[in-house]
Amino acid sequence: MTAVHFIPWFPALAAVLCGICCTKKSWRPLAAPISIASIAIAFLLSLIVAGSDYGAGTQVHSFNWINIGDFSANFSYFIDSLTIVMLFVVTGIGTLVAIYGSGYMKGDRGYARFFAAVSLFIFAMTTLVLADNLVLLFLGWEGVGVCSYLLIGYYYEKPSAVAAAKKAFIVNRIGDVGFATGIFLIWMTFGTVNLSEVVAQARAIGDQEGAVTTAHLWIPFLLMLGAFGKSAQIPLYVWLPDAMEGPTPVSALIHAATMVTAGVYIIARNIALFELSPYALPTVATIGGATALFAALIALCQYDLKRVFAYSTVSQLGYMFLGVGALSTVGGVYHLFTHAFFKALLFLTAGSVMHALAGQLDLRRISGLRTKMPVTAALMLVGCLALAGVPPLAGFFSKDMILAEALDKGLNEGRLIYTVLAIVGLVTALLTAYYTFRLWFRVFMGPTYYEMGDEHHHEEDAAHHGHGHGHDHGHGHAHEPHEMPWLMNGPLVVLAFGSVFAGAFGGWIERMIGNSTAAVAAHHYKIHTHDVMVLISSGVAILGIAIAAYYHWLRRPAADQVAATMPGLVRTLANKFYVDELYDRLVVRPLHMLGEIFFALDALIIDGLVMLVGKLPGLAGRLIQPAQTGRLQGYGLGMAAGAAALGVILLLLL
Amino acid sequence: MAPLDDFTLAHFLLTGAVLFVLGMIGFLTRRNLIVMFLCTEMMFQGVAVSLAAFSRFYLHVTGQTFIIFVLTIAAAEAALALGLVVLLFRRKRTLDADAWSSMSG
Repeated sequence: MTAVHFIPWFPALAAVLCGICCTKKSWRPLAAPISIASIAIAFLLSLIVAGSDYGAGTQVHSFNWINIGDFSANFSYFIDSLTIVMLFVVTGIGTLVAIYGSGYMKGDRGYARFFAAVSLFIFAMTTLVLADNLVLLFLGWEGVGVCSYLLIGYYYEKPSAVAAAKKAFIVNRIGDVGFATGIFLIWMTFGTVNLSEVVAQARAIGDQEGAVTTAHLWIPFLLMLGAFGKSAQIPLYVWLPDAMEGPTPVSALIHAATMVTAGVYIIARNIALFELSPYALPTVATIGGATALFAALIALCQYDLKRVFAYSTVSQLGYMFLGVGALSTVGGVYHLFTHAFFKALLFLTAGSVMHALAGQLDLRRISGLRTKMPVTAALMLVGCLALAGVPPLAGFFSKDMILAEALDKGLNEGRLIYTVLAIVGLVTALLTAYYTFRLWFRVFMGPTYYEMGDEHHHEEDAAHHGHGHGHDHGHGHAHEPHEMPWLMNGPLVVLAFGSVFAGAFGGWIERMIGNSTAAVAAHHYKIHTHDVMVLISSGVAILGIAIAAYYHWLRRPAADQVAATMPGLVRTLANKFYVDELYDRLVVRPLHMLGEIFFALDALIIDGLVMLVGKLPGLAGRLIQPAQTGRLQGYGLGMAAGAAALGVILLLLL
Repeated sequence: MAPLDDFTLAHFLLTGAVLFVLGMIGFLTRRNLIVMFLCTEMMFQGVAVSLAAFSRFYLHVTGQTFIIFVLTIAAAEAALALGLVVLLFRRKRTLDADAWSSMSG
């Protein structure tokens, strides 16, 4: 159990060391081994903790942090089976991505900075999942936000990257206002911020008739807002697609596998709080289902490789929310677990393609790469099959569980909304299979042609890149794309195995969740849709793949013809439903105008008052200035007259 | 000529006041820096006479103690002020105080 203390601190130490490595050019390459080792140690420690006896949840006190009056929030860790699952995902995927990143980022000027931020992220993320109280959780929550900001803006010379980083940070602030307010309200209502105590109290209140107050009803909605911000759900999803400006390993680790699942984690963790309000979980499910469909629709018409996967991530996160919203925390966390593998795999293989083609991400300019990059093609195929939900790969089981549970709830409890959401989920599954394979067929099948991108990956200098790394980042001039070295493909193979076999962990996840604070009361439904759902969803997946194969492999011109018949729809989808433009009109510009008004008011009134105070003595001085003649006698006379006047006054008064 | 004991406090105070006012008039009317400085010394002495008188008539040493301080400070101040006057004279080759009226506020 003592091992748990060190899980966050090894990566934290690595972050400091990597920061030191930034200072000297010759130290930079050291950052990768330090970072990888620290995350791997964290993973091993997680294994040790998983092997220890933590029962239904153990609290481990590390050190005191905040203790004021009745309020206490310490660096204490809460270990139950949900924590263990999350730790495995974070440190396991983290290790693999860091290994991949050590090859991918080679030769980059910010090599050490990259690993410093990644290590810091692992520290914050492990703190988030280990925290036994909401305040420490919030520390981790904001910590991952900062690291996300730093890594999205990694290429800080690119204005688009800087804008994306700011967008991510600001959009997350909106959610965090809700989350922080939720924590305040929990403290006021429950008198504690300790997670297990809050959950225990919430369960007690839930069992008691009429004990639920208005505050209890508000808490889940406030927490939900934070979760929607962090996990990129409607209406706060807009930052995630732009976050792809960061290096690809970051997209894989932070913006697909780990950080964005924090929202699912807090809902699963506090499911008892959400059960207090009759509207909270249906809201979560509805937003999740809507986001899943909405993002999948947008993904249909995107041409940027990473953006397709970004919208796919938003969509899959929607599934997870649909899962927890349908009271299937097992399904939600199960999908979180499997999704971490295949989405990290997909992003990293996309990174390999991008790497080989000097930053080229446009689907229209890449085709038939299977002969050039056979290993990458095979690895991405595994990821795509898992994402599309083809049995028996990982994504199939978890997605199937969510849809079946939603449908069960809809049919047995007669709640139409869940039935509708299950059907929406099925439609989304069809779209997912289609857009995933549209991408894969376009990149790897068909006639071989490609255009190189113009990315330089910020080489240190011309002399270095020639021999510094065996593979090339590309310099705008044409050269052959080729397979990645095994340093990068190795972790991908592990992830591919995960994508194939993670589905087998369903029973394990079920046991783990059943033993954690995310456990929900078992329900026995008359209608059982799992068996039917297996058939329907695999059929849907194969149908989607077949359509994609027809339009994007066998008959590519036909795809353009179909697109030409509905130009309006295609344009709307390609422009992402104009949501960014809508937000710009509704939120950004009014805020900007308000800012201008406040600026004018500030300049006129606030500054005016301050300047007035400053100017008054000057004015007074100018009034009396003529008295200063420069003649000594004048001053003497003034003094004498003043003294005389004082004397007269004294005489008259006394 | 009256014996010393016939003088009252008022006489001495009057003498002090006359000295003080003469000094003041001199300070306000003369332009020569050295003369103006001498006039201020005269004002000092006027005050000193008053203090000595009070001290004698009330049989209290504080007044005389004070005079010693005043004289000491006046001596120090004289050294400083005359030095300044020399400096000012070197600049403008004149002792006229109005030569420095450009130092107005």
